[in-house]
Amino acid sequence: MSTLSTRHKVELIAASAIGLFFIVIFPLLNAHGMVSNFTINLWGKYLCYALLAISVDLLWGYTGLLSLGQALFFSFGGYMMGMYLMRMIGDLGQYHKPIPDFLVFLGWTELPKFWKPFASFPFAASMIFLLPGLLALVFGFLAFRSRIKGVYFSILTQALTYGASLMFFRNDMLMGGNNGFTDFKFILGHDLREASTQRGLFIVTAIVLLLVYASLRLLSHTKFGLVQRAIRDGENRVLFSGYATAHFKLFIFVVAALIASIGGALYVPQVGIINPSEMTPDKSLEAVVWCAVGGRGTLVGPIIGAISINSLKSWASRAAPDYWLVILGGLFVVVVLLLPGGIVSIPARLKSLWQRVTRQPSA
Amino acid sequence: MRSLTRFIFITLFGLLAFGCAFATESPRAIITAAILAKDQAHKLELIGSLVGESDEAIKPLLMAWKEDGLFVCKASDDAPPLPVILTGDKDANDAQAALRVDNGQPLLDAVGKPVRLVAGDLTSVEHDAELRHAMKNVLDLLDLATPDIIKRIQAIQAVGFSQDVEKIPALEKRLSLEKNSAARKSLLEALAVTRLKASDAEKLSAFNELKDLHSLSSYDLIRTAMREEEKAGKPELAEAGLHALKAIDLHKTKINVFGTLFRGLSLGSILLIVAIGLAITFGLMGVINMAHGEMIAVGAYTTYLVENIFGTGITIPFFGFSLPIPGIHATGWFYQTYFLVALPLSFLAAALVGIALERSIIRFLYRRPLESLLATWGVSLLLQQALKLMFGSNNVQVSSPIYLSGNWTIDDITFGWNRIFVIGFAGLIVFGVWLILTKTPLGLLIRSVMQNRNMASCMGVRTERVNMLTFGLGSGLAGLAGAFISQIGNVGPSLGQNYIVDCFMTVVVGGVGNLAGTIYSALGIGLVDQSLQQILLNPVLGKILVLVAIILFLQWKPSGLFVTRSRNLDD
Repeated sequence: MSTLSTRHKVELIAASAIGLFFIVIFPLLNAHGMVSNFTINLWGKYLCYALLAISVDLLWGYTGLLSLGQALFFSFGGYMMGMYLMRMIGDLGQYHKPIPDFLVFLGWTELPKFWKPFASFPFAASMIFLLPGLLALVFGFLAFRSRIKGVYFSILTQALTYGASLMFFRNDMLMGGNNGFTDFKFILGHDLREASTQRGLFIVTAIVLLLVYASLRLLSHTKFGLVQRAIRDGENRVLFSGYATAHFKLFIFVVAALIASIGGALYVPQVGIINPSEMTPDKSLEAVVWCAVGGRGTLVGPIIGAISINSLKSWASRAAPDYWLVILGGLFVVVVLLLPGGIVSIPARLKSLWQRVTRQPSA
Repeated sequence: MRSLTRFIFITLFGLLAFGCAFATESPRAIITAAILAKDQAHKLELIGSLVGESDEAIKPLLMAWKEDGLFVCKASDDAPPLPVILTGDKDANDAQAALRVDNGQPLLDAVGKPVRLVAGDLTSVEHDAELRHAMKNVLDLLDLATPDIIKRIQAIQAVGFSQDVEKIPALEKRLSLEKNSAARKSLLEALAVTRLKASDAEKLSAFNELKDLHSLSSYDLIRTAMREEEKAGKPELAEAGLHALKAIDLHKTKINVFGTLFRGLSLGSILLIVAIGLAITFGLMGVINMAHGEMIAVGAYTTYLVENIFGTGITIPFFGFSLPIPGIHATGWFYQTYFLVALPLSFLAAALVGIALERSIIRFLYRRPLESLLATWGVSLLLQQALKLMFGSNNVQVSSPIYLSGNWTIDDITFGWNRIFVIGFAGLIVFGVWLILTKTPLGLLIRSVMQNRNMASCMGVRTERVNMLTFGLGSGLAGLAGAFISQIGNVGPSLGQNYIVDCFMTVVVGGVGNLAGTIYSALGIGLVDQSLQQILLNPVLGKILVLVAIILFLQWKPSGLFVTRSRNLDD
């Protein structure tokens, strides 16, 4: 990797430019009132979705594992952050009690044990990594050990997500049940309703996304990245070449879970609510759509997909709420059938089309 | 002169009727006699003789008596007094129609016209505490003879729970008259429970009787009685009570076990019905059809349509147009048959949707299973939204035929007819699929293509066409499942979403490519689910545990219960 090809140079420059725009210029415009708070909040949400989409792509596009459980890890991270934010409300809730409102509502007078340490941000932050990571480790270990792959893996992760959402819907779980967490007030001493706090969160999200992008780009150039793609294209051959594919897959599964979890943790303070409906298998499938529409097997694709589809969604749910699902479903069918490479493959397609057209007369 | 003869005639007739009535002891006559009797003891005796009777006239008359609604009047000064009850609307003079207590006919005056009387002008029939008590006894036990069997049993149980020793004779009398076996059992239970308050010897036999009766409803009463005996220092009685409780516990366990087995079997049958279509499209063809759930919904809505066509018709809004469908206003027995018409139509509707899906999308994706998952998910969103636009986003009501409500109770175990219907329906579908796959030319082609597509193609099988028909068959079966689900659950646009995960689980656990595996896994999952629910008493937790159990099961057998062996490494 000592010598970068021109293509990589272009990519590096483009990525830095876009990164600079999102991390510095966009927030600056917001601070001077040229970009509305609503817009920056919306884009912060999109970037969180982009993290989720990248985690799907890392599994599906690069390793051939279609996981329908990414929404679970996303909302897991969100819930961990949510617990911290709930503790930060203090006694400013509806009931003016030192414990979260829904617990008061359920008849608790004291904080349950597992809620106690979440008042500390470092603890909550470590939980954002530990818990989803651990779940991914255990589930991935079980799944890959018994060589569950392909569609079966998808169905199992779907079942896992479904089971978890059922669990979180229960009030006995003491995680807010149906309504989840909302009504947050402070993060690290900053008021969440302040524009500056939201701007800060946006900057953090953009930086995290850039870092994830950069490190995955580096990873894809290493031997590890090569093995990863080899697993996607012919797992048995890799296995017979002496690689323990299960370990590779497990590692990637855990990394993808962590990326999704961070995305979720950044998503919650910006959106201001987390509930179990974020956890359903449908949400995972939606993230897969972003990835597919943007272009799987590339790192830019999922980001483009997440942002463009969610912009479309924001527009369609205002302009034609009845038809949003029709648009989404139709888009999906069209992309899978006609444009397997997604949006990012359009230039290459146009190029080859152009070449065919220009060659035609000479032939 | 003429009026006099008529009067004498009426009086004589009345007396005659009175006498006759008394001879046959009609309840009306008894009440009349009781009202007219001078002697308190005689009154009590007469009222007491009504205990255990089931005549409908008793209740309103006694209630009226208690509430000062009976009056004695004389048609003329020297005529014998007649008890009457005033009914009907009051006219301008506050007068009401008078009905005779002894025969329920209107009271006629000398010229044969119905008499109207004013309540305020008459003195009501008197009653004192003793009489009211006697009447209450009659009224309490009157319900024991209600013609409606469910109400009768409820009344018997209510009397039993009151544990009033004084009611033993009434219960015994009723027992001697009762023909219905369920009511007889309740009577025996009520008697035994009541006798727990009687003498020691009776208590002992009562405990033993309750033990033999496995009386579930009197469990708490037996326990209280047993504790009392313990306190009173009567070990043999307490022990008898303990034995009775143990016997009932055992009986309870038996009921729970068999009930759970039955419910598990019926849940398994539901799973089987919804999953068998998927076992064909996913299991045999390898197509991940995420729109399978919507095929079920299509079937359910077809049934809804057929029901409306049999009824009053329906108007469907569709993308701005509205399509009115007239109904044929069927009633009664003919209306109930709509389900039989709906079954084949649901199959057809879902099969057509399935074939359209296969032709337009899936046939391009046979070699890319993951992508067929995504494309069919898109289709599932499209179909859901289409259903929402056509039928509204709320659940629609599909009335289920009357023959599906009701149940059978054998030895306290309840077998709901709808559950029995589920099991029978599942059996029929499995049999039908088996017939199609093994006994028809199409089945032969399906099996050959699924086993080895290239070879079948070489032998001249039109594999494209077989694919289409197989997918149609699988989708049609989902439609049948939908028709069926509409009878037992809610029908809404997202109906399919509730079943899709379960369907895939069932097929994966059973072993892909194996219909027998699907049957075993559906029944197995159903039984495990119901047992866990019974043990944990929490349906959601049970469901989660089932999912965990399935994930662990796949550790042990990664390719499901039945493995289709193949030499292909990538299969």
